Amino acid sequence: MGRKGVICFIISLVMVAPRAFGASSLEEDVRQISTELRCPVCQGLSVADSPSRMADQMRDLIRERLEAGESPEAVKAYFVERYGEWILLAPRREGFNLLVWVLPFLGLTGGAAALLMVLRRWKNHPAPAATSVDPATLERVRREMAQDQS
Amino acid sequence: MTASWKRSLIPFSVVPILLLLAYGFRTDPRVVPSPLIEKAAPPFSLSLFDGGHLSLDGLRGKVVVVNFWASWCYPACYEEAPVLEGGWRAYKDKGVVVVGVNVQDTEQAAREFMRRFQFSFPNGVDPRGKISIDYGVYGIPETFFLDTEGRIAYKHVGAVTGKVFSDQIEGLLERARQAGQERGKVGRGA
Amino acid sequence: MTAELGNIALWTALVTALFGAGAAVIGHRRGNTPLFEGAHNAVLVHWALVTIALLSLEYALITSDFSIRYVASNSSRNYPVWYKIAGLWGALEGSLLLWAWMQATLAAQVVVMYRRKHRDFLPYVSAVLMGISAFFLLVLLIPANPFERHAPVPSEGRGLNPLLEDTSMLVHPLLLYSGYVGFTVPYAFAMAALITGRLKEEWLYITRRWAVAAWMFLTSGIIYGGWWSYHVLGWGGYWAWDPVENASFMPWLAGTAYIHSVMIQEKRGMLKVWNLTLISLTFSLVIFGTFLTRSGILNSVHAFTQGAVGYFFLAFLALILLSTVTLLTYRADRLKSEGAVDSFLSRESAFLFNNLLLVTFCFTVFLGTLFPLLAEAVRGVKVSVGAPYFNYVARPIALGLLFLMGVGPVIPWRGGSWVSLRRNLVGPALAGLAAGGTTFVAGIKSPWVLLTYALAVFVSGVAVQEYYRGIRARRRSAGEGPLQALGQLFLRNRRRYGGFIVHLGVALLAIGIASSSAFQVEQERMLKQGESLEAGRYQVRFERLTGSEGPTHVKVQGIFTIFNDRHEAGRMTPGLRFYPTQQEPIAEVDYWIGLKEDLYLILGSFDREGNWAVVKILVNPMVSWIWIGGAIMALGTLLGLLPAGLLPPPVKGEQS
Repeated sequence: MGRKGVICFIISLVMVAPRAFGASSLEEDVRQISTELRCPVCQGLSVADSPSRMADQMRDLIRERLEAGESPEAVKAYFVERYGEWILLAPRREGFNLLVWVLPFLGLTGGAAALLMVLRRWKNHPAPAATSVDPATLERVRREMAQDQS
Repeated sequence: MTASWKRSLIPFSVVPILLLLAYGFRTDPRVVPSPLIEKAAPPFSLSLFDGGHLSLDGLRGKVVVVNFWASWCYPACYEEAPVLEGGWRAYKDKGVVVVGVNVQDTEQAAREFMRRFQFSFPNGVDPRGKISIDYGVYGIPETFFLDTEGRIAYKHVGAVTGKVFSDQIEGLLERARQAGQERGKVGRGA
Repeated sequence: MTAELGNIALWTALVTALFGAGAAVIGHRRGNTPLFEGAHNAVLVHWALVTIALLSLEYALITSDFSIRYVASNSSRNYPVWYKIAGLWGALEGSLLLWAWMQATLAAQVVVMYRRKHRDFLPYVSAVLMGISAFFLLVLLIPANPFERHAPVPSEGRGLNPLLEDTSMLVHPLLLYSGYVGFTVPYAFAMAALITGRLKEEWLYITRRWAVAAWMFLTSGIIYGGWWSYHVLGWGGYWAWDPVENASFMPWLAGTAYIHSVMIQEKRGMLKVWNLTLISLTFSLVIFGTFLTRSGILNSVHAFTQGAVGYFFLAFLALILLSTVTLLTYRADRLKSEGAVDSFLSRESAFLFNNLLLVTFCFTVFLGTLFPLLAEAVRGVKVSVGAPYFNYVARPIALGLLFLMGVGPVIPWRGGSWVSLRRNLVGPALAGLAAGGTTFVAGIKSPWVLLTYALAVFVSGVAVQEYYRGIRARRRSAGEGPLQALGQLFLRNRRRYGGFIVHLGVALLAIGIASSSAFQVEQERMLKQGESLEAGRYQVRFERLTGSEGPTHVKVQGIFTIFNDRHEAGRMTPGLRFYPTQQEPIAEVDYWIGLKEDLYLILGSFDREGNWAVVKILVNPMVSWIWIGGAIMALGTLLGLLPAGLLPPPVKGEQS
């Protein structure tokens, strides 16, 4: 497999990954939802991770609502209705929030494109770049550093 | 020439970030506005410490103060307890009900707290936190002021002071009076 | 008396720092040697003065002088002496004093080491370092004075935040601060290079070791912080993407990019502007992080109490950003450097993509950390950006970095051929695929975990193969024994082979992170005495509760008997500490640590009579790989940094 093959393989796995969760049990759903919700009395911890009693009660409520047949989305929507968007640890992918989701990947692809252009220019560059420190300076610095170390 | 002029603008690219950070001083990360304001208060039924049940629906037409408290919440709950009890005594004959919801507490400690402050307004337990989650409570104490239509008019986070209490209650009573007059006018007109 | 001494020392240190900064530059410009020498002496005097201030506060802490507000708020008579000492960095004012002292120490060290050399750089380096010092001293004197007195004098202090009452308190902050402060030296040299226009590689050679040392401290500090969070905060995790954690992670990412990209400039003379930008970015992020932690604009577990300090730090950040960007723009013409490579497939491009990923990562963390603020400013709505977001975005980037970490070191500079690349990568790639395949067959289906395992094994394979080939070559050419060959290999190219050790550490770390986040088992239930709860192959039986009194708190512990596969394996005693000064109890978790998994118990609420208790059991797989990986990273860096003088000289003779 060439390097391109490896890259394609990785990219395809990365794309597939979020969808890889298959059928899930009730407890897995509770866990999943509670990792996405902020524990309101804590500072930045999720409902899943928080040892606080409030988080306990919220986990119970999530379980109860799922058992009553609500979809995970509906359970999350309930919490948003009561607490506001603030309760979601990952902002919804809509409107202004898209910025926080899209910018990193735009930056990455834009940066990669720019890098490839730079590399192309460098590749066509005729003269090999000489090392820009003259040998004398380099030697002096090396000598001094050797003194520091001894 | 123009190129170097343009280039001298580059350093200013950091200004928006600095402005954003400066904006941070104007907001308090601990204050989270409730989305429930001006919405119908979530209904609840409370088993009271003195035995009975209290249902929010039964209080329609009154101004209702719903206070979430706990005995471990020191000092804020201890500061506001006299205010709530005093407010209840002063306004209970004017169509105002104060309801205490005890959360994340033990029964013994809660009863002791109520004895200490001689609570005479209805108090009940929210044993599994359902009511507090329904109200989007994130810190104890929190107090909700409901108008006569059963809508949440105002939410107060932290200890309620006498001024906050009476200002809110007077405002809501006034609102109810005006609404009553409006209805009266409409009724006469029709 | 102590307070007055401290304040006088701080004021004089401020004046000395300002004098030093001015005199260094003016003395150099005018060729006034006495002034110039005076400036350097001022740096040393300034260090002595800050040391006096630091010792004054320590003296007050150790003698429990509660007439000083800081001491009364952060110490207690009941503390053992170590906690009294650690009170210095337990809160805002003291931690800034420690920072100022470290800053002063480095400045003094720079002057002592370089005063007879680098005569063109040193005045500006001193000026920049003294400028930074002056800022910290100003903060210590105005908004965050640790020597402020108060009345009435309490008979007992309030003590540290109970979460800080842990031996880690003696290690983690010191490591982290050393990392932060360490980056000021390369930054100061970079500024000196920009100011003087001596933009060749000189500044970079001088400061490379400083940057790598700072990186090592920052790395150890961050990982040690994870360990602290894991065993003290009591939620079973080590990293929460909390704003303050992010504040330490951002300079780490920028610094990591920097210590890699300097190699391109050293070897090829390319990327001058980029390297200056990266080191400036790293330092700016250090100050930005300090601003975040101390301004109170973001909510965080670790945040210090806020005050006017935030305005000072914002102003300082503005000064740094504006002056640095202006200087960079001004010098951009002289920094133009055209690069040249023979092939897209070159070490240079691997490094460039590594930089791209690291900087994007850094930008993402920055964006996510500040996005709540931005959303509130624009939409007026509070939003949260937490772990689910960061994990989602970080995973692909981290995997990309792992991939490059394997490929990069074996591609030759300027460019290599597919043939040679294949020769170097076939072995490790097969090992990686085999590792991924085995775990897949073993029943693990998460693609993230599989990829992480495969890439981590790939990276380790490359490192091991390079060592192996190096040793084999030396044994053939010089006829050395295997150990001698290893030693010689290392001595001849400490940076490269130290780097491989660091990469090995990262691979272990990645495996630990992937396993512990994907396969954590969690069980929580209320247990009556004698009842058991199962988690994985463990059974946990609740026996009873016990209470004990510590110097500052009352502790309630649950006693649990543990069965491993039905065999009694011992007892665990997770507890809760109740502090008279704190509303909520602090969890004291109990854990058994193993290479395969940790068993981790958290005591929840309990009945006062001890009839029942709520317990949460976590089985965290391979968390210790993270600590081991971190330790190996630090060790590898240290080996790469060892001064030549401490090592036996390489055998003379053939050149490699």
